[in-house]
Amino acid sequence: MEKREPFFWLTISCGVIVMAFILLPLMDMVTAPSLSMLKETLKDRDVVRSIWLSMYTSGSAALISFVFGTPLAYLLARTHFKGKRWVESIIDLPIVIPHPVVGIAILSVAGRNHWIGQMLGDLGIRIMGSVTGIITVLTFVGLPFYINTVKAGFEGIPPRLEKVSRSLGASMSSTFFRITFPLAWRSMVIGLIMCMARAISEFGAVVIVAYHPMIAPVMIYERFEAYGLKYSQPVAVWLVLVCLCLFLALRILTLRRAREI
Amino acid sequence: MIRIEGLNVRLSDFQLRDIHLAVEKNGFFALMGPTGAGKTVLLEAIAGLVPIQSGRICIGDREVTGLPPEKRGIGIVYQDHALFPHQTVWDNIRYGLHFHKVRHDDAVKRSERLIDLLQISHILKRLPVHLSGGEKQRVALARALMVAPEVLLLDEPLSALDPNFREEVRDSLKDLHKSSNTTFLMVTHDFSDALFLAERAAVINQGRIEQNGETMDVFRHPTSLFTAEFVGMKNVFPAMFEGARAVVGHLKIELSAPVEGPKRYLSVRPEDVVISRESASTNGCTPLKGEIKRVVDHGFYFSISVKTRGVIFQSLMPKSMFLDTDPRDWKEAYVHVRPSTLHMF
Repeated sequence: MEKREPFFWLTISCGVIVMAFILLPLMDMVTAPSLSMLKETLKDRDVVRSIWLSMYTSGSAALISFVFGTPLAYLLARTHFKGKRWVESIIDLPIVIPHPVVGIAILSVAGRNHWIGQMLGDLGIRIMGSVTGIITVLTFVGLPFYINTVKAGFEGIPPRLEKVSRSLGASMSSTFFRITFPLAWRSMVIGLIMCMARAISEFGAVVIVAYHPMIAPVMIYERFEAYGLKYSQPVAVWLVLVCLCLFLALRILTLRRAREI
Repeated sequence: MIRIEGLNVRLSDFQLRDIHLAVEKNGFFALMGPTGAGKTVLLEAIAGLVPIQSGRICIGDREVTGLPPEKRGIGIVYQDHALFPHQTVWDNIRYGLHFHKVRHDDAVKRSERLIDLLQISHILKRLPVHLSGGEKQRVALARALMVAPEVLLLDEPLSALDPNFREEVRDSLKDLHKSSNTTFLMVTHDFSDALFLAERAAVINQGRIEQNGETMDVFRHPTSLFTAEFVGMKNVFPAMFEGARAVVGHLKIELSAPVEGPKRYLSVRPEDVVISRESASTNGCTPLKGEIKRVVDHGFYFSISVKTRGVIFQSLMPKSMFLDTDPRDWKEAYVHVRPSTLHMF
């Protein structure tokens, strides 16, 4: 048998530690509540509502990212311009800013003392303590994940395919919808998953902008604060399960399509 | 017909400078140059795929300089084929028809003719990932010609192919050109492809056209040191000219006629240099006595270097002739160069 070098065993050991680090707490949390407790939690309307609200708001954030982020990702993937690095850095800013700071930043422009807040108020749009506010926060934190993923997807499509399409008579928009989109949609779905996953886990910024209506992470926090670990665990398990089912379904869908092409 | 006047293109790391080029209607033109010379950028500028700084591009009687790529009537075929990976061969070929008003009967006739000519009827339902290099290139050609462009731009269409497919596709290109009313402009760095396919050619280097003319003339009569070396001249010597005589180092070489105008170099293609064991003069050549310095086996032929009075001539010899005579054993060799094959620039 081939003798392995110590470096090989080092990589294996680190891999095992990382896997254990991620899986152990999750496994422990998922197996902690009994089945009857999980069933009981599902009968709690507040829990179901908070999980649904989490899905709805993070889904909306992903959809907004799709609408506004896709053209920007395409622009960044296909063009070179002065200040492109700056634009890319600005897009990455929400990733590095501490979460409560995001909440405070959004509130400071959406408040009554800011002209944007006043304008929104005149239009009847309320950010503080509203679903709109939650979606705003989640879009802010999820957008970079969508744009970066889709940009990488566009970069993976040879520009020559688009050039040939143009030479064959297709306009820029026809080329996008007939060539680029069918080849990039998988990266868009992955981008949506990444964006939604990031958004659904947001807590710090949301509690500042909209403690109520309660999304699932805020509900879990409240249950933990008020009743302790035992009562927050079932809600957390349901949130994890719903998320896993959704993301698995999307991944299977994209992988199946990938094999077909 | 393609006419390019004073074309300048500036990219972040490259510049095309003052390009003037004319390709006659239905002609086959080869644009040659080393890697990074600007060949592909020039093609993409003609197709409207890179922004130009100044200049005019005309296709037939139309000026297309400001038109978007889809309005120019120009097809492009890349070295890597650029087939749409999510579409079958059939869908790839018919892609351009979505954007051109072609009568159904005409479209069917055109596709049948191209499919027949390029012998791709058996692969129509396949996805590009399941095609060989030669098949991909033929599909790319069919796709480009399906919309009957006025001009077809070919970006090194043969360089990525195996030798077996290469000849097939080269023949297909010749047949396609003969049977279509399309002007072909092909980029290549292989001069055997240019000689086989193109009537006229240009050599481009560092974003400038070095020479432009009939293909054979570019090969036989280069006008610059770069072109001479690029087209495989091999024997290029700095020379002084005195009437009908060239002086290369200590060697005096008779020319067929007195030299007109200022010239700095004397050149002769290696295939025009004959070496022999005997000093007998042939075809009016004055043999130059020398010794064999180097023999290189190129597989089908040998390259032999002979040094005569400090000047080294390179000659090519077919393998069969080399094995018959085996110049490696010669103590001395004679170089024969016909005055009519000598070129001055």
